[in-house]
Amino acid sequence: MTLLVAQIVLTLFVFFMLLNSAAVMVYVERKVAAFLQQRLGPYRVGWQGVLQPLADIVKLLFKEELRPRAADAFLFALAPVISATCAFAAFAVVPFGAETTLGGWLPEPLRLQVSDVNVAILVVFAIASMSVYGIVLAGWSSNSKYSLLGGLRSSAQMISYELSYGLALASVLLLGQSMSLTDIVNLQSGTWFGFIPRWNVFFLPCGLIAFLIYMTAGIAETNRAPFDFPEAEQELVAGYHTEYSSMSFAMFFLAEYVNMVTVSAVATDLFLGGWHGPFLPESFGWIWFLVKVGAILFFYVWMRWTLPRYRYDQLMRFGWKVLLPVAVVNLLATAAGVLYFGL
Amino acid sequence: MIALNHYLVLSAILFAIGTAGVFVRRNLITILLSIEIMLNAVNLTFVAFGRALGAADGQIIVFFVMTVAAAEAAVGLAIVIALFRHRESLNPDSFTALKW
Amino acid sequence: MGSDLTFYLFAAIAIAASLLVIAQRNPIYSVLLLIASFGALSGLYVLLDAPFVAVIQIIVYAGAIMVLFLFVVMLLNASHEETEYDERVHPLLQAGPMRFGAFLAAALMIELVWALMKGGGESGAFPGKAVSGVKEIGQLLFTDYAFPFEVTSILILVAMVGAVVLARRETHQ
Repeated sequence: MTLLVAQIVLTLFVFFMLLNSAAVMVYVERKVAAFLQQRLGPYRVGWQGVLQPLADIVKLLFKEELRPRAADAFLFALAPVISATCAFAAFAVVPFGAETTLGGWLPEPLRLQVSDVNVAILVVFAIASMSVYGIVLAGWSSNSKYSLLGGLRSSAQMISYELSYGLALASVLLLGQSMSLTDIVNLQSGTWFGFIPRWNVFFLPCGLIAFLIYMTAGIAETNRAPFDFPEAEQELVAGYHTEYSSMSFAMFFLAEYVNMVTVSAVATDLFLGGWHGPFLPESFGWIWFLVKVGAILFFYVWMRWTLPRYRYDQLMRFGWKVLLPVAVVNLLATAAGVLYFGL
Repeated sequence: MIALNHYLVLSAILFAIGTAGVFVRRNLITILLSIEIMLNAVNLTFVAFGRALGAADGQIIVFFVMTVAAAEAAVGLAIVIALFRHRESLNPDSFTALKW
Repeated sequence: MGSDLTFYLFAAIAIAASLLVIAQRNPIYSVLLLIASFGALSGLYVLLDAPFVAVIQIIVYAGAIMVLFLFVVMLLNASHEETEYDERVHPLLQAGPMRFGAFLAAALMIELVWALMKGGGESGAFPGKAVSGVKEIGQLLFTDYAFPFEVTSILILVAMVGAVVLARRETHQ
């Protein structure tokens, strides 16, 4: 019974933390962008601008909710809901810490994972492929040419990069011999030669290439720079969310940031050893998890404000002609390695 | 207690709904969607029987059925696009020009 | 008891969504309702101890095939087409051959359900053991079913080439 209550509390906690992470990401993005561009960023609202996300949320709440007259009302309202739901649902199978009894409170250990399925990798992939619908329906139901173009381009980009994403996941599957994320993380504990951690990213060369492919495909999946042509402000007005305002717009942005967090969390679990780290005991592994996810998120923001944007045809050519063959060859090489060298 | 019969009856109902869609609707895309409903009903039957017999064969056949359904949907939609370019219509009754 | 309720819930969603698929005028709503039906079926596969098939159903059917359908519907702007005989009458209630078709489908359903409820055996519970691991499926797939597996790869190649050729715009020289 206490376990059931603990699991419900854990679910609510994860949901709440994801919402918070989106707010934190808003602030981090603006501050890091500012420092990269040698300016200060938000610094008036609260100490060093920490209350800026709160100000943003209040502003968005008070804006008027618009809907174009010729827009399909049901689909127009449904699209941001689909985006946000898929973003949150994908995090449900991601473990973020070792089993813990909360210092003896609970009768048996509680897994820090909302739901433990043994095909967890596939579930993440499945929910990522459902999030295409939010975007394509937003583009279609707005009944506006910029939205439609942006929506179709964005969804074509997402389904193209899903292939490389899946193949990179399959390479890690071969290295981990299991589809359950908890098992894969637990195989990455310990070190080689006493100081190199047994993370999958250090399994040269297959693990490193799989990590790079995964990160590239992940950035394309979440429509972030340098693959954010579909929502580029300069080229396409605002792409699929042109006609959205107030809370619907906020939900699209929430969905984008939570997707970033999910991709980073899955990358941490699969490639960077999850919650294993040198100095802390196992039950405080979640601190290492946060550090690693934070590092990947910083990398995301850094990429956005450093690299120029890919043009749409360059983007699609890269996805199909470069990334996909590399992912396939990497999968074959990993399979050969596992079979012949018993990695 | 949910037994094999429940799954089979559900699958039969879904199959009949798909068949009704193919017979009744006069829109090529809705007809293709009804065919997908029928294929899904068959998938459910396979998985239910596979579970009842304690073998994984049901799931493997479902794997193949899904592949075939994907290929068929792709080619079917390509045909629909080609037909649409000729007649600007999605009504199958407007493609009866060869009838005597 | 809990799994009974879940079965009836998923079954109700699947049947209701499928009925609405064939009853909607607008093909976009049909596609979305079919995705809902696939979701319910995926839940039923989980109840049948087939989690791999359940997730593959979402990835392949709901995540890929239905996206293809949606793109084609948007490309052809099908929701604004006059595709039915008579705009004022609902598609399922059109006069003439359609009513006969609906009667045939209803007859099929009654016959199947009657035959299944009447036939002997198979009314007990499922046996205890279930093969559901990905490893077992993989082993079966690559040993007993290796030939169909290779044939499906050729099938997909053929379908890809066929779809590209059929949908290509004719270039007038």
